[in-house]
Amino acid sequence: MTQNISRRGFLKSAATGSAVMMLGLNSNGLLAMGSADIVVNPFVSINQEGEITVVIKHFEMGQGTTTGLTTLVAEELDADWEKMKIDFAPADGIRYKNLFLGAQVTGGSTAIANSYMQYREAGAMARDLLVRAASAAWGIEQTQVRIRNGVISAGNKTAHFGEFIKEAMSLTPLEKPSTKTPDQFNLIGKLKLPRKDSKAKTNGQAMFAMDVKLPGMLYVAIHRSPKFGGKVNSFNLDDAKGIAGFVDAKTLANKAGIAVYAKNTWAAFKARDALKVSWDFSAAETRGTDEMRAEYKRLVDEPAMFSGLPTTKDATKDAMKDAEHLVEADFQFPFLSHAPMEPLNCVIEATSNGVRFHDGCQGPSLVQGVIAYVLGLKQAQVEVKTFYAGGSFGRRANMSSDYHVEAALAFKAYGSQTPIKLVWSREDDIRGGYYRPMSMHRAKIGLNAEGQLLGWDHQVAAQPIMKGTPFEAMVVHNGVDHTSVEGLSDTLYQVPKMSLGVSDFKSVIPVLWWRSVGHSHTAFVMESLMDMVAAEAKRDPIELRLSHLDQADAKGQRMANIIKTARDMANWKKGDTRGFASHFSFNTYVAVVADVSVNAKKVHVNKLHIAVDCGVAINPDVIKAQMEGGAGFALGAIMRNEITLDKGEVVEANFPQYLPTRYADMPEIEVEIVRSNAAPTGVGEPAVPPTGPAIANAIYAVTGVRITDLPMTKAGFTFS
Amino acid sequence: MLYTLNINGKAQDVEAEPGTPLLWVIRDELDLTGTKFGCGVAACGACTVHFQGAPIRSCSFPIDAVGESEITTIEGLADKTAQVVQAAWNEKDVVQCGYCQSGQIMSAVGLLTQNPSPTDAEIEAAMQGNVCRCATYVRIKDAIKTAAKNLEA
Repeated sequence: MTQNISRRGFLKSAATGSAVMMLGLNSNGLLAMGSADIVVNPFVSINQEGEITVVIKHFEMGQGTTTGLTTLVAEELDADWEKMKIDFAPADGIRYKNLFLGAQVTGGSTAIANSYMQYREAGAMARDLLVRAASAAWGIEQTQVRIRNGVISAGNKTAHFGEFIKEAMSLTPLEKPSTKTPDQFNLIGKLKLPRKDSKAKTNGQAMFAMDVKLPGMLYVAIHRSPKFGGKVNSFNLDDAKGIAGFVDAKTLANKAGIAVYAKNTWAAFKARDALKVSWDFSAAETRGTDEMRAEYKRLVDEPAMFSGLPTTKDATKDAMKDAEHLVEADFQFPFLSHAPMEPLNCVIEATSNGVRFHDGCQGPSLVQGVIAYVLGLKQAQVEVKTFYAGGSFGRRANMSSDYHVEAALAFKAYGSQTPIKLVWSREDDIRGGYYRPMSMHRAKIGLNAEGQLLGWDHQVAAQPIMKGTPFEAMVVHNGVDHTSVEGLSDTLYQVPKMSLGVSDFKSVIPVLWWRSVGHSHTAFVMESLMDMVAAEAKRDPIELRLSHLDQADAKGQRMANIIKTARDMANWKKGDTRGFASHFSFNTYVAVVADVSVNAKKVHVNKLHIAVDCGVAINPDVIKAQMEGGAGFALGAIMRNEITLDKGEVVEANFPQYLPTRYADMPEIEVEIVRSNAAPTGVGEPAVPPTGPAIANAIYAVTGVRITDLPMTKAGFTFS
Repeated sequence: MLYTLNINGKAQDVEAEPGTPLLWVIRDELDLTGTKFGCGVAACGACTVHFQGAPIRSCSFPIDAVGESEITTIEGLADKTAQVVQAAWNEKDVVQCGYCQSGQIMSAVGLLTQNPSPTDAEIEAAMQGNVCRCATYVRIKDAIKTAAKNLEA
C-alpha cells in the first residue's frame, strides 16, 4: 500500500472540474492532506459551492453511521447541517480501518466509538484551514475570524466554506488540531438532527446493491445443497432449458452449488428451481433439531471441555453446602436467522486490472482479502463500491465472505468478463446458514438466608463462532470462544464463588454473530436467573440486582445508575407485576422494564421503558431509534423465531414460517438516555440482550410460568 | 410477449414472459428500483405498489393480470396525501436500513387515501402485512398519525 500522502492540500476534482479540498488521516493516525489520488483517503472534502462531503468508512445498514460520522465532522467544522453530504469509502483496510478491530469492518457496535476522535479531528483540521485561509484573504488576524453554522465571518464580511479554497491551498494543515470541549458542542447531543439517509429512503431513490444494473449483466441464482456441507455430484438441466431467459448453468469450483445464469431475476429463480441435482452428502450435516438438542443435553451432563473462569467447581462446593436456598435451571436456545430485509446480493464486474464489487458491504477489506485469494488477484485489484445495505444484523460480515465468493466463482465460471448479479431468494436466506448458534445453559446457584449469592455453577454448550477463523487468536482463550460466554464470564454481578464450564458443539452448519452475538443468549440466562433468585429469596428483583453490584467500581456504579433510571422512569413499585432486566454489552448499559398482558396464554407486550448509558450521546434520536429497533428485533426472536432441521434440512423456508416482529406486536417504547461525558459506546446491539429477559420476567410475574426454552411459543404462548 | 403498462401516468411497452410477477417487470425491465424484493410470497410488503390506487403485493401479481389498470410505484407518488405522508416520514426520521420503507409508504398512502382519519385498529390492519426487520414500527405509527393530522388541517 503506498503511503504517498502529500502534506498539502488542494486538488482538481476530475469528476466535477471544481476545486476540492481534501483532508484526512493517514495510516498512522496522523493528520495529513490527501493527494489527488482519491484512494489516498480523504475523510472530508469541501467544494467551491461550500458543500462538505464526509467519506463514511462504516457502511449504513440503518444504524445511523451516515448521520453519526457526519455529525462528528460538522460539529468541529461548525458547518451547516444542510450542506453536509456523504459518500461511502472505497475498500482500503489501512486508511479506513475500524480502529478497534484493525480491519475495515463494521461490527461490535463500534462505528461511532472508534471514529469519535478520528472524524472530529478531520473536521477540526478543515476548520483550522478555513480560519487561516479567511484570515489571509481578508488580511485580518485569525482570532477575528468566526465560523458558525456554515458561515465564515469577520465584522461585516461573510463567506461560505467554498470561497477560500484557493487561499487554503497554500497552507499546511495542522498535524494535531485542537478539538472542542463538550461544553462547546452545538450539534453533538442535539436531540433531532435529521438523518442524512431519510429523504432518499422515502422517495425510492436510495440505491441498494439490489438496485444495481450494469450493461450486459447476467442474473445468477445458486442451487445450493439442501443439507449443509453437501457437494454437487452432477445435475440435469433439461427442465430449465425451456424457461425463457435461462442462459446457462455451471457447477461452482468449490462444488457447493450450481450457478444458474439468466437474463432477469425471475428467470434465474425459476431455472434454478428446475434443476435436478445429485448430491454427495458424505460430509454433510444430517441430524435433526431433536438429535442436536439431545447432544446439547449430553454436553451439559458431562464435565465441561474448558474452564471459562479461574474458579473451579471445587471452590463453589463449599458455597453450595452453606446455601440456604438453591436455584437450578436449564435454558435452551435455537438457531436464529438474521433475515435482513434485503436478501443477500452483490454485483461483480471486470475492471481494467481486476474486479469490482457493488455491495452493501460490511467488511470491504475482508472481502478484498478473500476474493483476492479466491480469484488469484492482488488485494488492490479488488474494488468495492459500497451501497446502502438493507439490514444486516451481522449477516453481511463473515470470515468466509460467503456470498461474495459465490458471486466471484459464478463470475469466473462464466469467463470472468460478463458482469454477474448474484441474488438470493428469501428461501435461500432462511435456509442458508450463518445462524446465531443453538446453545444450552445449566446453572446452579446457592444463596444465603438473606438471598445473597454465595456460589454459582454454570455450564454452557454452544457452537463456537470464532474458532477456526482468523479472529481466533483474538477471541479464543484457553479453549473458550469468548462469544459463547460474553455477558457471563464478565458479569458485573458480584458473585463470591463462580465456576463456568464451556463445551463446544460441533457441526458443519455455519454460525455467525447475530445482533448482540453471545449476549443474545447469555443475558437471557443471567437476567432470568437473577429474577429466579429474587423470587426464591422473596426479594424485589431490582433491589436484589443493586445489592449485587459493586458501586465503588466505575462499571458497577454506571450499571446501578441505569437500573435506577429505568426503575424511576417506569415508576417501579415493590411487588410490581412487570418484568425487569438489565445488561452490559458493547460497553453500554441498558435496563428495561416490560409491561405485558397475558390472556389465555396470549401475550401482548404493552410497553417497554428503556434506559441507556452509552457515554456521550452524539445523536440522541438515532440512539433512541436503535433502542426501539433493538427491542423490536429481540421481540420477534424470543417470541416465535427458530430455525429447525429435519435430517439436516432446514424446515423453515420464508417469512410465513419465520415470522418477524410485525406492526401489531410492537409495544409502546419510552427511552431515556442518561447524560454523560464518557467516551461514546455502542448502541446498535445493546438493546437486544435485556429485552428478551425483561419480557420473560414480566410473563413470569403475570402467569408464574418461567420460560427457559426459546422461542416462547414452545411454552404454549401466542403473541399479538 | 409485449405488454403495455400504464405505470406512473405513462404508457410503457415492455417485453415479459406471461406469468412474470409485476415486481420483476418493474425492477428488472423498467428500472424502477424503489419497489423492493423481500420475500416473493406476499409475506413482507416490500414490493407494495398501487393498482388502481389500492396497495397490492407486486411480487405475487402476474403481469398478465395488469391490463390497462393504473400502476403507481414509489417513484410515481405525487398527490397531496403522498407528499404529506413522505413529509411525516422525514419529520419523524422513520427509516433505518430503509429497504422496506417504499412498501411501508405505499401501504400508508393507500390507507390515508381511502381513509384520511383511520383509527389505531385500522392503521394496524393496513400495516400488518409490511415487515420491517429494523422494527421501525413505533415511528411508522407516529408518522401515519402525524400525516393524518396534517391532512385534516
